[in-house]
Amino acid sequence: MTVPVQPSSSAGPEQTVDFNIIRERGPHAVFCGLTSIIWLHRKIQDAFFLVVGSRTCAHLMQSAAGVMIFAEPRFGTALIEERDLAGLADANEELDRVVARLLERRPDIRMLFLVGSCPSEVIKLDLERAASRLSQQHMPQVRVLNYTGSGIETTFTQGEDTCLAALVPELPRETDADPASLLVVGSLADIVEDQFTRLFAEMGIHDVRYLPARRSDQLPAVGPNTRYILAQPFLNEAARALEGLGATRLSAPFPLGVEGTTGWLRAAADAFGVDPALFDKVTAPGIERARRGLSHIAEELKGKRIFLFPDSQLEIPLARFLHREAGMELVEVGTPYLHRQHLAEELAMLPKDTCLSEGQHLDKQLDRCREAHPDVVVCGLGLANPLEAEGMTTKWSIELVFTPIQGYDQAADLAELFARPLMRRAKLRV
Amino acid sequence: MQLTVWTYEGPPHVGAMRVATGMERLHYVLHAPQGDTYADLLFTMIERRNQRPPVTYTTFQARDLGQDTAELFRHTAIEAYERFKPQALLVGSSCTAELIQDDPGGLSQTLGLPVPAIPLELPSYSRKENWGASETFYQLVRSLAGNAEARPADEAASRRPRCNLLGPTALGFRHRDDIQEITQLLDSLGIDVHVTAPMGSTPADIARLGEADFNVVLYPEIAQTAAKWLERTFKQPYTRVIPIGVGATREFIQEVAGIAQVDPGPALENAQSRLPWYSRSVDSNYLTGKRVFIFGDATHAVAAARVATEEFGFKVVGLGTYSREFAREVREAAKLYDVTPLITDDYLEVEAQVAELQPELVLGTQMERHISKRLGVGCAVISAPVHVQDFPARYAPQMGFGGANVLFDTWVHPLMMGLEEHLLGMFREDFEFHAEAAPSHLGGTGTTERRVAAAPAEVQPEAVTTDAAPEPAQDGEPVWSADAEKELRKIPFFVRGKARRNTERFAKEKGLHEISIDTLYDAKAHFGR
Repeated sequence: MTVPVQPSSSAGPEQTVDFNIIRERGPHAVFCGLTSIIWLHRKIQDAFFLVVGSRTCAHLMQSAAGVMIFAEPRFGTALIEERDLAGLADANEELDRVVARLLERRPDIRMLFLVGSCPSEVIKLDLERAASRLSQQHMPQVRVLNYTGSGIETTFTQGEDTCLAALVPELPRETDADPASLLVVGSLADIVEDQFTRLFAEMGIHDVRYLPARRSDQLPAVGPNTRYILAQPFLNEAARALEGLGATRLSAPFPLGVEGTTGWLRAAADAFGVDPALFDKVTAPGIERARRGLSHIAEELKGKRIFLFPDSQLEIPLARFLHREAGMELVEVGTPYLHRQHLAEELAMLPKDTCLSEGQHLDKQLDRCREAHPDVVVCGLGLANPLEAEGMTTKWSIELVFTPIQGYDQAADLAELFARPLMRRAKLRV
Repeated sequence: MQLTVWTYEGPPHVGAMRVATGMERLHYVLHAPQGDTYADLLFTMIERRNQRPPVTYTTFQARDLGQDTAELFRHTAIEAYERFKPQALLVGSSCTAELIQDDPGGLSQTLGLPVPAIPLELPSYSRKENWGASETFYQLVRSLAGNAEARPADEAASRRPRCNLLGPTALGFRHRDDIQEITQLLDSLGIDVHVTAPMGSTPADIARLGEADFNVVLYPEIAQTAAKWLERTFKQPYTRVIPIGVGATREFIQEVAGIAQVDPGPALENAQSRLPWYSRSVDSNYLTGKRVFIFGDATHAVAAARVATEEFGFKVVGLGTYSREFAREVREAAKLYDVTPLITDDYLEVEAQVAELQPELVLGTQMERHISKRLGVGCAVISAPVHVQDFPARYAPQMGFGGANVLFDTWVHPLMMGLEEHLLGMFREDFEFHAEAAPSHLGGTGTTERRVAAAPAEVQPEAVTTDAAPEPAQDGEPVWSADAEKELRKIPFFVRGKARRNTERFAKEKGLHEISIDTLYDAKAHFGR
């Protein structure tokens, strides 16, 4: 199927790119949106994420990322039991009881997310109402919000999207009279956030806010003069909610690699009237360092063929980076969901004959992968060892959401994530 | 509704996956949303399996719910059969599909597949992983072995006795090596293993279970139900003794020899375990009366309690299980050691009890390993749930005489060695053998910081409080004098919490307002050790 893609700004209004897109339905191998709690609960340091779901949800959370290293995690599961289903127990009363017990145990919590799951969606447990009821009970100490991370509605990183969308109505409001501000949307590692803050400050943009904020009492204010820029490519709902408050999106590529980071910073700089000469001066050292770092690793990747299974929605920006800055050939670039508008700048930078796939039929995709026998396969944890055993070299995609990869000073680290499995395979003699 | 952070067991369909993944030529079609596919990584990452589990998920989405999810199931099942050509299919629902009531079992009977499709009813909101594994294995055995011919009456005389080994699955705690150890042990008795199941068997092998003379049940949590059915159907007796530890292995040999009518003598005489001598050798004296807390699945917990008591000379101060289905066995065992059994799947309760009991060693699961790390207590893992570390590269069974050797090494390892313990007692302000020192073979001084950072309030290490002035008395709580507090610091950390607690209790009982050095030693004399 051919889909015209229209880049929204820099590449010119008339230019469209036609991609061959494989669209498939069938068995998947992806996480559900609950999984994003694993980084969100570290990012928002006074929030607790309470999944209202089944034992499967609880088991997923503890299995997905070996998160048991956290002594007392700020997430948990309210397990729906048989008596809740049979109507013997009023599920709402039960939930109130569980929340009261939890908040008693954890007086440090200021924001509680009730996170919907597949079972809670199917039995139509109204968590929105529950959240507003519980908020009334526990305010001002604790604010209670809700969003869905269910696997019937969200894939992996989309859990962050629905979480941030639930935060938007809570943001302090600004009016026409307030000065323009820049809002960066999407979880970034703290160190990356600090780097970006410094770069913007050097350009003279001092009012930079981040969503999610590190603490629930530092939520960024939003209004008609807010210019927001996405730091992650999976934030469809959150973007829509922000626009509902009058904020304007700055179209940009995503800040992966030198080109992506420069394009991303430039979109903000242009919107805030930063002098191009100043922009070049501020970004030059980072660009130079990133190129120097990349030059060693790119050699390892150059000409190697890569196949990306759908997972985090980071696949298209990653493919753009790996192709243009590391010289890799793109065999197939899978994504669970293709947001054409948010990815317009990215798609415009991909080779026209790139094979994209949206959705998944796992077995057919594995057939294509085996047939192509790429040099590197990017895939989830369930597939990596079996593919290695078949002789392929793999990179687990989950590492890409747990590692600081955005910005100039992480560009070489990002490339290295793909080079290391290749170097390792070349090194081993057993 | 129940609040949980960590769970000991997954949902019952994960138990079914453990059975299916352990087997060959079997495929499981699971009506489930996409997120449930996380379960694949349990097998490919934790167990490092080199193949995907034989499971196809229908991965329905919200938009399918208004339409025909049943059709999606039918289509997926047919496609999975065509692609994988298994000898049999398992079909069932995960927790979400259970709610939409598509009845995969009923649907599968209408697909016209040329192989058996075995429906699984695994209630996700009341049952858990081990039950799911047990039920799945039972349904497989019932469906596939039921039609077998009875054994020919005269055939048995012309061959060695033979048995099935029942219970091992994928993701089991040391199942891989236990099978090897027990197969060798049975061979030394002149007994052949006919089929090992579920691990390593095909549906065709399951159909042959009735041809064996008897069954060896290694893991009752998984195989007992099936073994009972086989006993009723084929008059196959099954074993009750779990061969963990030297004593139990000897009893197991006797039990098996009795059933198979072979001479146990040579196998008993050739018993190759170093545990008895290692445990009797004088350097093991320091193990005497070590306070040990035990938690795990029922089988491993009960076995560990016996080994700890009879073969290590430890004192069991706590015993518990998360296996509610086998709570009775654990309650019985707890009576032997005069402890209150802890039957719970709430790890916070387990943590509270470990903190309360102040054991010197914990034998538990990966969950207890974390609890112990936080509380600064040594821990060895004896049971599932498992972690990647529980699949060691080396041969490391738990069962049989080889397994007893492994137990000796593994359980002694976390402890401070005997002589070192004395050095700590003697030279309390020595730069190396000071009170905060960790066992030297475990390396480093990291233990102290970790405990300070992570220990819950009620067992905060003294490092936090010593520099401060004695705390003001609260409602008649006795206060530590500076001297006594300093003396307490000289007691090695692994018994200090208990000393503090006992002394405070003693002072309170005696109505003392201040704890002096004398109070500390009076309390020591009062409580003994």
